[in-house]
Amino acid sequence: MAERSPATRRMLWLALSLVFAFLYIPIAVLVALSFNQGGLPTVWSGFSLKWYASLAGNSAILSAALNTLIVALVSTAIATLLGTLLAIGVEMRRQYGRGLEALIFAPMIIPDIVLAIALLSFFSMLDFTLGLHTIILAHVVFNLAFVCSVVRARLKSFDWSIVEASADLGASALTTFRRVTLPVILPAVVAGALLAFTLSVDEFIIAFFTSGAGRASTTLPMQIYSMIRFGITPEINALATIVMAVSITALTLSQRLNRGVIGQ
Amino acid sequence: MTQPSRSSLLMVPALAWLTALMVVPCALVLALAFFRRGIYGGIEYTFTLENFGLVFDPLYAGIFLNSARIAGTATLIAVVIGYAAAYAIAAAPRRWQPVFLFFAVLPFWSNYLIRTYAWIVLLNREGLITQLLRWLGYTGEPPSMLYTEGAVIAGLVYNYLPFVILACYAPLSRLNPELAEASRDLGASAMTTFRRVILPLTVPGIAAGAVFVFVLSIGNFVTPALLGGGRFQMIGNLVYDQFLTANDWPFGAALAMALIAIMLLVLTAQALAADRASGRIAEAKGRVNG
Repeated sequence: MAERSPATRRMLWLALSLVFAFLYIPIAVLVALSFNQGGLPTVWSGFSLKWYASLAGNSAILSAALNTLIVALVSTAIATLLGTLLAIGVEMRRQYGRGLEALIFAPMIIPDIVLAIALLSFFSMLDFTLGLHTIILAHVVFNLAFVCSVVRARLKSFDWSIVEASADLGASALTTFRRVTLPVILPAVVAGALLAFTLSVDEFIIAFFTSGAGRASTTLPMQIYSMIRFGITPEINALATIVMAVSITALTLSQRLNRGVIGQ
Repeated sequence: MTQPSRSSLLMVPALAWLTALMVVPCALVLALAFFRRGIYGGIEYTFTLENFGLVFDPLYAGIFLNSARIAGTATLIAVVIGYAAAYAIAAAPRRWQPVFLFFAVLPFWSNYLIRTYAWIVLLNREGLITQLLRWLGYTGEPPSMLYTEGAVIAGLVYNYLPFVILACYAPLSRLNPELAEASRDLGASAMTTFRRVILPLTVPGIAAGAVFVFVLSIGNFVTPALLGGGRFQMIGNLVYDQFLTANDWPFGAALAMALIAIMLLVLTAQALAADRASGRIAEAKGRVNG
C-alpha cells in the first residue's frame, strides 16, 4: 500500500500489538501458571514442575490420553484414505453439482452439537454399543472432509494431462497413481492427515455424545472438560500446556508441508 | 473404464461414509422432531407438530433471541478487531506479513476447551484481572466477570478472531494500491478513501469472516457452558439438556433443526450477496473496459 504518515504507521503498529496481546496473554498466563508451585490454580507462588510430575502419576488422565491417541490415529488413517480418494475423484470430473459440493462441505460447518445428537440418536436406534469405535466412526465424518479440502486445494493446479500421458505409455491406473499422482499430492495428504489428527485430538462434544457412559472410553478433552467443570486443580494447567504444545507442533508441521493452503 | 465412472468409484467409500454417518443420522433427527415424547422419556411414534410449536414458545424463543444477540455481538466485535488487525498486517512490510499472519492464526490451532479455560483463569475472582486491579490500588470486592454474558462474548471473540483476520486479510492484501492513490489524487480524504474505495472492495472478506463467527457462535455449546452463568444461555446448551438431562429427544431434535435452519438462512443470504457483489464488480469492469 501507499506510503503513510508516521502517525498512521504508529497507529497501525499499536493496533497490531494490542491484537497480539489479546491473542497471547490468556495462553501465556496459562502456561506460566502450569509451572506454579502453589496449590491455587490462578495465583503465582514460585517455580515448580510438580504439576507435570503429578500428571504422570494420574491414571485417569493417562488412560484418557491413550484413548485419545487410539481414536485420533485410527480415525485419521481412515479419513486420510477416504478423503484423498474423494478429492481425486471430485477434481478428476472437473464439473460437479452444488449438491455434491454441499455434502462435502457440510461436515465442516454443521454445529458439533447437532452432529453429536444425530449420531447418538442413530447409534441408539441401531442398538449399537457405544465406545471408542463409535467415536472413531464419528470423527472420520469431519476428518475426511478436512483432508479432502486440503488435497483438493493441491489438485487445483494439477495437470491432469500427465495422468493421461502415463496411461498412454502403458502404465496401469495403480502405477499411475503411485508414480505420478501421489508424489504431487503427498505433501497435501500428509498436511491433511496432521490437520485431521489435531482436530480429532481436540474434539470434545461429538466424542462426549458417542462415547457412552463409563470411564473406559473417556477421551482427553472429555477429561479436561470434567476437570474444568468439577474442581479446577493446577494439574489442568500442566495438561493444557502439553496438549497445546502437541497440537501447535502438529499444525505448524502441517502448515509448512502445505505452504499457504490455509492462508488462501 | 471412462473417466467419470472411475472418478465415481473413487468417491464411493467417502460418500457412503458421509451418507451413513451424517446424512442418515441428520434425517433421523429431522424425523424425530415430528414425534411425541413418551411418558417415561422414550419416543412415541405418533406424528405431531408440537415440538416445533414449542420452539416458538416465548421461553424458548427467548433463548433463540438471546443466542442470536450474543452471537451477533461477538461477530460485530470480532469483525471490528479482526479487520483492524488484518489492515495493519496488510500495511506491514511484505516480508513480515506471512509471519504476522501465522502468529495471528496460531492460537486458533490449540484446543478450543483450553482456550476457553484460559479465560476462566483470567476472569475468576482471584484471576489476573482482579490481581491487576489490586496492584493498581483497588481494595473493594473483586468484580464478578466470570459467568456473565460478557464472559461468553469475550470467549467467542477470542476463539474465532483468527478466522476473521484471515478472511479480511485476503482481499486487503490483494487491493491495488493505485486505487487508494487515485482516490487521494482526486481529492478524497483518507477517511473518504477508506469508506468509498477500500471498504467496499473488502466487503466479501468481512462477510465471510462474519458469517463464520456468527454460525459457529450461535451453535456453540462449550463457551456458554464454561463461561456463561445460566443453565440455558444459548441454543446449544438447550439441545444438550434435552438429550442428556431432560430426556426429551423429539424437542431436542426440533431445536437442532431450528438451529440448522438459521444457519442455512445466514449462509444462503451470504451466497446471494456474494453473487450480487461479484455481478456488480463484473459489470463495473465491463463499463471500464467497454
